[in-house]
Amino acid sequence: MADMTMTEKILAGHSDREAIRPGDIVVTKVDTVVPLDMNFYDSMWAEPSKVFDPDRIVVIFDHVVPAPNRGVGEALERGRAFAKKMGISRLHDVGPDQGICHQLIADVPYAMPGEMLVCVDSHTCSGGALNCAARGIGAPELIYVMAKGFTWFQVGETVRYELSGSLRSHVTAKDLFLHLADRYGAHVGQNMEFGGSALPGLTMDQRRTLTTMCAEVSAEFAMFEPDEVLERHLRERGRSMDGGVLPDPDAVYAEVRSIELASVEPMVGLPGSVVHNTVGVSSAAGTPINRAFIGSCANGTVADLREAAAVLTGRRVSPEVTLFITPGSQAIYQQAVHEGIIATLADAGAVVTVSSCGMCAGFQNSLGPTDVCIASSTRNFAGRMGHPDAQIYLGSSGTVAASAVAGAIADVREFA
Amino acid sequence: MEITGRVWCFGDDVNTDLIQPMHTVFKPVEEQHRYVFEANRPGWVNLVEPGDVIVAGRNFGTGSSRPAAKLLVDLRIGALVCDSINWLFFRNCVNFALPALSCHGVARMFAEGQTARIDVGTGSVQNLETGSRVSGQPWTAELLDILRAGGLLEQLARDGLLVGRGTDE
Repeated sequence: MADMTMTEKILAGHSDREAIRPGDIVVTKVDTVVPLDMNFYDSMWAEPSKVFDPDRIVVIFDHVVPAPNRGVGEALERGRAFAKKMGISRLHDVGPDQGICHQLIADVPYAMPGEMLVCVDSHTCSGGALNCAARGIGAPELIYVMAKGFTWFQVGETVRYELSGSLRSHVTAKDLFLHLADRYGAHVGQNMEFGGSALPGLTMDQRRTLTTMCAEVSAEFAMFEPDEVLERHLRERGRSMDGGVLPDPDAVYAEVRSIELASVEPMVGLPGSVVHNTVGVSSAAGTPINRAFIGSCANGTVADLREAAAVLTGRRVSPEVTLFITPGSQAIYQQAVHEGIIATLADAGAVVTVSSCGMCAGFQNSLGPTDVCIASSTRNFAGRMGHPDAQIYLGSSGTVAASAVAGAIADVREFA
Repeated sequence: MEITGRVWCFGDDVNTDLIQPMHTVFKPVEEQHRYVFEANRPGWVNLVEPGDVIVAGRNFGTGSSRPAAKLLVDLRIGALVCDSINWLFFRNCVNFALPALSCHGVARMFAEGQTARIDVGTGSVQNLETGSRVSGQPWTAELLDILRAGGLLEQLARDGLLVGRGTDE
């Protein structure tokens, strides 16, 4: 058969089927399984008597680290003991190898082209930036896959995005996503695949911002075509792109949508959800804020820290605002130290924290009922970052930094 | 597998943070379900009774992979029927043994307090007061096996593949 999308080809290849169609339920092998710290919590843990292959499991502690209380401390200890008992050598414990799972999955990398990866976090579609079919699953299912090495998927239809042109200065992949979420809304049960002439101009970090955020429009799998940018990323890490999968020329899509990147302007996600709920920054500018956050699996990259530093150089965070900045990994923190970025951020009054999911899920600096936050993190549901009455706006890391200085939502282009 | 229960109606895009606010993960397991819908429907957990049915609109359960479906099971919800269920949330429903069906048009078929009859094996949903019916995708034999086992972990335990459970250890 020669009419499958990238996602369909990877699912078919992992279920030993010639062809699959939207609507099919397929049982697929899984190449890599990533349990997180939260898997080892009392409420979620069940210990399998065996694992299918310890060399295909990566344990990452990222959501609530370093352990802020005894319960979490006990869960991490349980995770370490389990890894040791099962012979799982790849453990990202609290320490210099610490980082947010999706950042490490891309940076090490653990997601590989043409492979399948599952992790117990909804933003796992992030790994599609590396042409990997990566999917968030629930805690019991993750335990099941660790034991068995396979799971099932219902094949969704695929929406193809043809990206052309290039992003204007101070416009980021976050803005591109917010633009897309407003225009096209939810993708429940659909895969999102990205290709087109703009790809050579999109870095791995930008691609990953986009694929990570696809969880916010309820996508199943998100996927970039394998190309020279990915090939270079892998080569620099001693890996090859041999397993890469392109769509068939006659692939069947639910819809093909074209986006000219130069048409995108800085965007702001309004509180509640990004689905049909984002605006150009000019429509939100001036809204007072008192909390700001740069980080998360979507936007804790060194490029995000550079964006923030460019805005904050020679400026000061408003005395009305706390700006928390959480690098996506300790390796990124270290790189930012060497580049002098951390000094710039701290001099401006930002608080740079240890790498974790941090404020994104309300685990640090949790919001109170009257707080108004702008964040470059992933999700702005009511209650996501603390109290359900807190207001959460989303924007690029540059937009967040500019807003932190202004004390109100601001246009990053005015801080150039 | 038939379930009959009193209906509670919810709207579109009920997300996982509404079903399971994140702060609950630090609470004892037996208390977590007390916080379901605390932001959008405070007090509801005191009104809902075992066997009741949730009827909702589009994209129920969008968001996180957290075990929010388990809290609905802990509240002893009989079934969940929605115009559409987020696919990740649906996986969690299956794996925690919560009968759940996506049936386009089901939300407008019910008023709160009416009685629904649901069969996930055939995919049918009926309003016993108005007689109206709608159908969704029936569960496959594999999914029904998980439901009958009481969930994926129970299935693993049955297969001798679990040595301990969270607090049971």
